Formats: sequence, structure tokens, C-alpha cells
Amino acid sequence: MTATEPLSGSPAPAAPGRTLNLTLRVWRQAGPDAPGAFEDYDAPGISVDMSFLEMLDVVNERLVEQSREPITFDHDCREGICGTCSLMINGRPHGPQRGTATCQLHMRKFADGDTIVIEPWRAEAFPVVRDLAVDRGAFDRIVEAGGYITVNSGSAPDANLIPIPKSVADAAFDAAACIGCGACVAACPNGAAQLFTSAKLAHLNLLPQGQAERYKRTEAMVDTMEELFGSCTNHGECEAACPKEIPIDFIALLNKDYLRAKLKNRRYLSRKP
Amino acid sequence: MSDITLDAKVPDGDIQTLWDEHKFNMKLVNPANKRKYEIIVVGTGLAGASAAATLAQLGYNVSAFTFHDSPRRAHSIAAQGGINAAKNYHGDGDSVHRLFYDTVKGGDFRSREANVYRLAQVSNSIIDQCAAQGVPFAREYGGLLDNRSFGGAQVSRTFYARGQTGQQLLLGAYQALAEQVGLGKVKLYNRCEFLDVVQVDGRAAGIVTRDLLTGEVQSHAAHAVVLATGGYSNAFFLSTNAMACNVSAAWRAHRRGALFANPCYTQIHPTCIPSSDEFQSKLTLMSESLRNDGRVWVPTKAGDPRGPDQIPESERDYFLERKYPSFGNLVPRDVASRNIKAQVDSGKGVGPLRNGAYLDFAESIKRLSPQVVEERYGNLFDMYERITDENPYKQPMRIFPAPHYTMGGLWVDYHLETTIPGLYAIGEANFADQGANRLGASALMQGLADGYFILPYTIGDGLAPLLNKPLADTNHPAFKAAEAEVTDRYRGYLATNGTRSVDWFHRELGHIVWDNCGMERSRPGLEKALSEIPALYQEFKTDLRVLGDDRSLNQSLERAGRVDDFFQLAELMCRDALEREESCGGHFRVEHQTEEGEALRDDENFAYVAAWEWTGPDTPAELHKEHLDFKHVHLAQRSYK
Ligand SMILES: Cc1cc2nc3c(=O)[nH]c(=O)nc-3n(C[C@H](O)[C@H](O)[C@H](O)COP(=O)(O)OP(=O)(O)OC[C@H]3O[C@@H](n4cnc5c(N)ncnc54)[C@H](O)[C@@H]3O)c2cc1C
Ligand code: SF4
Ligand code: FES
Repeated sequence: MTATEPLSGSPAPAAPGRTLNLTLRVWRQAGPDAPGAFEDYDAPGISVDMSFLEMLDVVNERLVEQSREPITFDHDCREGICGTCSLMINGRPHGPQRGTATCQLHMRKFADGDTIVIEPWRAEAFPVVRDLAVDRGAFDRIVEAGGYITVNSGSAPDANLIPIPKSVADAAFDAAACIGCGACVAACPNGAAQLFTSAKLAHLNLLPQGQAERYKRTEAMVDTMEELFGSCTNHGECEAACPKEIPIDFIALLNKDYLRAKLKNRRYLSRKP
Repeated sequence: MSDITLDAKVPDGDIQTLWDEHKFNMKLVNPANKRKYEIIVVGTGLAGASAAATLAQLGYNVSAFTFHDSPRRAHSIAAQGGINAAKNYHGDGDSVHRLFYDTVKGGDFRSREANVYRLAQVSNSIIDQCAAQGVPFAREYGGLLDNRSFGGAQVSRTFYARGQTGQQLLLGAYQALAEQVGLGKVKLYNRCEFLDVVQVDGRAAGIVTRDLLTGEVQSHAAHAVVLATGGYSNAFFLSTNAMACNVSAAWRAHRRGALFANPCYTQIHPTCIPSSDEFQSKLTLMSESLRNDGRVWVPTKAGDPRGPDQIPESERDYFLERKYPSFGNLVPRDVASRNIKAQVDSGKGVGPLRNGAYLDFAESIKRLSPQVVEERYGNLFDMYERITDENPYKQPMRIFPAPHYTMGGLWVDYHLETTIPGLYAIGEANFADQGANRLGASALMQGLADGYFILPYTIGDGLAPLLNKPLADTNHPAFKAAEAEVTDRYRGYLATNGTRSVDWFHRELGHIVWDNCGMERSRPGLEKALSEIPALYQEFKTDLRVLGDDRSLNQSLERAGRVDDFFQLAELMCRDALEREESCGGHFRVEHQTEEGEALRDDENFAYVAAWEWTGPDTPAELHKEHLDFKHVHLAQRSYK
């Protein structure tokens, strides 16, 4: 079901103040069970200073003027931090600019006359709810399975009791920067969620506070991930698509911890009695 | 006329021990009985997620509602700068008392002392809690937590996680919530919008929601309801808030009897990227920290057509440094914002639309080296370049103030309970602790204080007497009537069949509110807004066009309900601003200023919380006053010269 339209090549960036005349080929689908199809829309006079989502706002406003139903798409912060926006643009999750979420992509990255193909994330674990919006609840299920450090409110010791080497804190942070957008899954030919899961595991497993639940957490999260998502066969597409440039190295840590977890948990913990 | 008496229920006693003693005096629900109670938490931002997780840990049955697709995505996630606490890890003289004092003073003496003192006290536990959850706060090489000074504070008390503090704190609270969801202690309703609170026998007995995917309108019963639904800056249309932020939850509660306090207290943040065209959908904040090393200036000549590099030093006006020699570029947000606007209004604005001032790093880059500047601000510079296509290492940034935070909100007492018994409000949704102006890094602190450490105690006091009281029946006529009202309201938007989109109305409304009830307010401006808003609202009711149906995901329909409520709120903001014949914090009335153009308070007549009561759609709201006593801080005129 992916678009057959060729990528628009690498356009010369438009000069400031200019406008573009574009054609959008957008996936429309009335509901989860409805059939979907591409529809074409003319989008003339798009300012190069608009963000990609502002361009869609304008197109929607014009559709409403013509009494046609606007295009549904998810978004919220428009600052690249909430992970809500989720568009497949010309076959690439979040579009052509590396390390950039859809909401931070600007129209100056496109050229006059381009046809832009816009689709929802395509992954079995993320069913379409309408047009370009999908259900990413499967990510929440992975976190619910173990993506936390148990600490009841009010029971924590003084924060400076456990010094954490800056390098460890920084590495944990690099992993914690994941915004849960799902681009990694959409980019993966198998629809696997290894990059997302490994990022959460690395964040918590690297920190001293996370050690007590390390192996229980790892086994529970990975097992849930495998129930809900496809398997990882090391394509590496996820890393290239990730707007936060989460490195694929974290997946190695996931695999290592999972192996150890299997051994340890079988011996001591027996998570499921 | 109503019989409401505003009782803040602040216990008597020494402010320093008040909260501890009160915790001891409050009624408790014993652990085995907690599971007999149902609590609804609406909103899963910092305040809501921390509250829902904590209540579930304590043993209550919790249902959590969010209209986001996941609780990981509230607006809280966008907070950049940091979170305050009185840890005094740096030994620079910070203390609970100093944080309390700074917060009351920063709020321009319009907050409730006892609440603010408690906030300062629990601030330290927040840092402990979050560090234990694995929030990756910035650290020094020795492995201990790092702090920075923020927003003009004279001590280093701000904890931060790179430029993503809100994200990391929210993920911590979200994960704590997810754990409770996984354990079956919290039932989560996502993509589900709260649309009304229902009272039975004079107490909040539940809520009515609309499932955003199916349009299904449903009732849910509970022993107590908590609103943690955020602030209303999007009344201005353009703001730094996430697109979904709105006032509807608070407003619908207001219409059912919860008083709305200080709606005119809104905060404008000085350093945002100016808009580039009329289609701009939101404004992006550039962290306050940039003012530590950036210098704000405009050309001395109005309409100067030259680029910044063509303008010699002698023809630049570093107006903040000139007017405020001791604080310079670091004056508080309200002062900086007003001054920037004044320069732009006088025709000295810069950029293609002449709608900004320069924030210039050239001198810092020379003094510190580009590497150091990159270390400090690299991610912000990248973000700026991505949006504007201009490189701030080579040419000054352009900035302009934008609506950012709302200090007003639902009136709550010391227990965080609204004037509807059993209905609580926490986080930005309540009015409580920030007075007329919020200091940087204090919103995250307040949201988490409310959610982790205050509400979970105070709610028990209200619940204890209800032991073994059955839940209200959702077939009760009060629920059915509220459901019918919601259904009719949304069908009404679809049936209007006019010619204008929801966003068109929102944008027009935003213009009116920004022009007349924004950074500066005047009697003629507010009166003008009060005649323009109802006229536009009338058009909204007759000329709105919402396509599609109410039985599937329909984003325009959702927004129609929110914009409807913004219209009603906007009127109240203007009335409140008109009534408050003084300037304080974020509320600046041009009629009330010192000779130097600073905000002029009138403590004798206006040291009160203005709490408004809804009296119906066609009658004006009624004002109730909670007088504010200051026993521990000395009321003084702020000066930053
Ligand atoms: C760009 C930016 C930067 C900031 N930086 C800082 C900072 O550095 N330090 C600081 O202290 N503060 C900062 N703030 C302010 C701070 O982020 C907010 O005040 C705070 O996060 C609000 O948290 P909250 O939990 O009250 O509300 P929110 O995070 O807004 O959460 C609201 C929740 O309610 C839900 N909701 C709302 N209405 C409904 C409804 N009707 N039905 C169902 N669910 C609903 C939403 O889904 C969401 O889960 C910043 C704000 C902005 C805009
Ligand atoms: S790993 Fe990257 S692509 Fe995947 S969810 Fe996180 S931020 Fe998105
Ligand atoms: S809308 Fe928040 S990351 Fe794009």
C-alpha cells in the first residue's frame, strides 16, 4: 500500500519569502475498519516559512471552505518533543530532514511543483484510527509491563544520596530522550519496536536506581514487545528515521540484558508463578 | 445571588509547622478502606499523572482520563528550563523561607501565604522523588545534582534535565502511572474528553465524557473528582502552549458552580520566535536562559531598513540595559515583555514583518568562544535555525513576547478543593500559588507538589466521612441530563451549517483578546473587547461550519466545543481585568503605572483574589473576594533598576 510516486528528488531549497505550488497525495480512511485510498489535493501558494503541519492546516481550512471534510492528523506540541505527530512523508517517517519530527519540518525543504505523498504510520501494531492518525497504545503496554522504577511517593531518600557519574547520567539521558513517536516501528520492514523498547530499557537499566528491577523489567518489557510487534532482523532503518537520533547501540544492550534476564529470572525470580 | 462564602480553610498556627500539624489533624482513611473509594482524575500531565499514581499507590481505585492518545503526551512535556527546590545544595543561602519569599514577591503579593509556604516546603521531596524514579537530572562531575540560577533568582535552585526538564519529569510521572495501570489499580481512558461534572446531593458524584474515537457520551461515578487539566493560554490563539490546551474542563466545572479565580492573570513570556505569517499556528519559546548571555536591542531609528550587521553600535539601543542598569537583560518576564512590545509599537521592530527585537550573542561568542556558547545553547540555536532558517551564531535571534502561562484558574482552598464539594483542582488548572505572576521553574514544582504530596493527603479528609457510601447511580437524572446536554451541544455545532471554520473563529477571538487583554490593558480597550467578543460569539453560534459527524474521530468538532468555552472565558478575562483597577504582575493596566512605567499596585483596595461565580449564560458573573493577609512578607513595590 505504499506510495508508488517517486521521491521528489533533492530540491534546491526555496528562497525566503517565496511560495510553492504543491500537489498532496493524502491517505484518507474514514475509520479503523473502513477501506482507505489516496486522494489528491492541490496546495497552491504555500509559504516556505510554514511548518509542514501549518501547511496541512491551510489545506484543511480550504477544504472546509469547499465543504469537504478536513484531513485528520495527530499533533500537539509542534516543537518536536511530545511525539504526537506521525506522518509518513514521501515514504519516510517524519519526512526528508534527519533528526527532525514532522512538526519541525518546514516547507523550505520542498520545491515548487512537488507532489508530496502523505500516509499514516504503516505497522500492524499501530492500526489507523482515521486518515493519518494511528493508535500507538501498544507502546504504553510495553511501559506498563515494566518501564518504570518502583518508588512510592514520599518514600525516596535524599536525591544526593546516590551520586551518579556524569557520564552514566548523560548516557541514560541520551536514551531517555525518546519521544515515543513510533517512527522507528513505521520505518522497520518488520514493524519491530526494538529501538523504542531498548531506549526505555537503557535509560532505566543504566542508572543505579534502576538496578533492583533490572532483569525483571527487561524480561517483562521484551516479552510484551514481542507479543505486540514484529521481530528485529537488524535492518537499522529505525535509527535513520528517529527524530531524536536514538542510536541503534541500545538494542545490543537490550539483547544482552534480555539474555541475562532469562538466565537470572529463571533461577531466582520466576516472574510468572 | 448565591450563598457562597469563600473559606480558604487555612488552619491557624505557625506557618512553618502548619502543614505538618494539619496533616496530623486531618481525617485519615485507613489502608484497608481505601479500596472502597473511587476517584476520578481528569488530566494526566504532571499534576494529574503524579496524583493518579500516588492515589493508586495508597490503595484508592482510580480512573484517569486524558484526551491525548497517551498519558505520555501532555503539554507538560514541553517545559524546557527546569524545576525549583529549596535544597540549598550549593550552599548559597537558599532556604524554604527564601523560596517562599521569592515566590510571593515574584507573584507581586497576590497569592495566599500558607499555600506558598507549603509549596516551598514540599519542593525538596519532589527532587528526591523524581531522582529515585530515574529522572536524569543534570549532574556535576562529582556525580551530585547540578543547579542553575533561572529567571532572575539570586540563588541557584533550579534543577534541570538539559533543555527537556518537563519531558523527563513527565516521563517519570507517566511511568509511575503506567505501573499502576499495569497493576490494574488505575483504569486509563485515553482519547476521552471530560465534558461535565455531575453533582448529586450537593457533592461531585461523577463526570460525563465523550470518547473521541466513537463519539460515545458516557457517565462515570466517583466519590471525588480531580481536575488536572492545565492552563488556558490558548484563549489568545497564538501562544507557546501545545495545540490541545484549552479551558473546557475548568470552564464546564465553573458553569456548574466552581468559582473561577483571577482569570486576567496571564503571563507573557518575553523570548519567543515572532510569527512569520498569518497562518502561524503556535509560537515557539526560546528558553529564558538565553537572556543570561544574549543582549536585547533594536535600532535607534524607527523603520531602519538595514540588516543587523549594517547597524553600527552607536545606532543600537540596548534598551533593557539602558533602563534597568542593575538587572539589565535579566529583568523579570513581565518587565522585559512590556519593554520589547513598546519598542516594536514605536516602529523599531526588526525582521521581515518588523515584529521583533534582536537577542544578540555576538559579544558572548567573542567573550566565551563559539564552543562555550554552543555547549550552553546549542540545542536552542538549532531549533531556532530549523524554524527561521537563520543562524544565530552569525546573526542575532529575533524575539517577541507570547502568551505562555495562566496564573488564574479554578478557585481552591487549602485542601485544593473547589467550591463544589468533592471536586478538586491541581496544577495549572487551579489559581493557587503563583499570584499575579509566576517565576520561572515554579510551574513544574507546583504541579508535582499538588499531585505527589498535597492532594493525596487532603483528599482523604474529604473522603473519610463517606465510608461505605455507595457510588451515585449513573442513571440518576442528574447524569442523564448532563449527558443529554453534551450530546445536544455537539449536535448543535454540526447543525449550525454556517460558512466559517472553527479555527477562523479561534484566530479572530485570539486577536481581540491579545490586542485588549494581553500585555497591556486599558479601560477603553477592555470595554471595546467586551463589545466585540459577544458580537463575534453570536456569529460563532450562527455561522460556524463543522463537517462530518459526531460518531467518529472529528477534530473540528472537538475544537468547536473548546473554542465555544474560550469565548465565554475571554469575556470573563476582560471583566476581571477591567474590575482590577491596579497593575500587578502579569496584569498591567496603563492607567496604573509609576512615573517610570512600572506596575503600580493598590494594596489597600485590591489585595484580594477575585473569584467569579457563573450565574447563567445571559447574566454577568458575580464577584466574590478572598482577602489576602500578608503576615510573613513585607509588601513592597518591586524595583529592578
Ligand atoms: C513552552 C513551555 C515551557 C515551559 N517551561 C517551564 C519550565 O521550564 N519550568 C516550569 O516550571 N514551567 C514551565 N512551563 C509551564 C509548565 O509546563 C506548565 O504549567 C505545566 O506543565 C502544567 O502542567 P499540568 O499538569 O497542570 O497541565 P498539562 O500538562 O497541560 O496537562 C493537562 C492534562 O489534562 C488533559 N486534559 C485537559 N482537558 C481535558 C479534558 N477536557 N478531558 C480530558 N483530559 C483533559 C490533557 O490531556 C493533559 O493530560 C512551560 C510551559 C511552556 C508552554
Ligand atoms: S526511538 Fe526514536 S523513532 Fe522510536 S519512538 Fe523513540 S523517538 Fe520515535
Ligand atoms: S507535534 Fe509534538 S513532536 Fe510533533
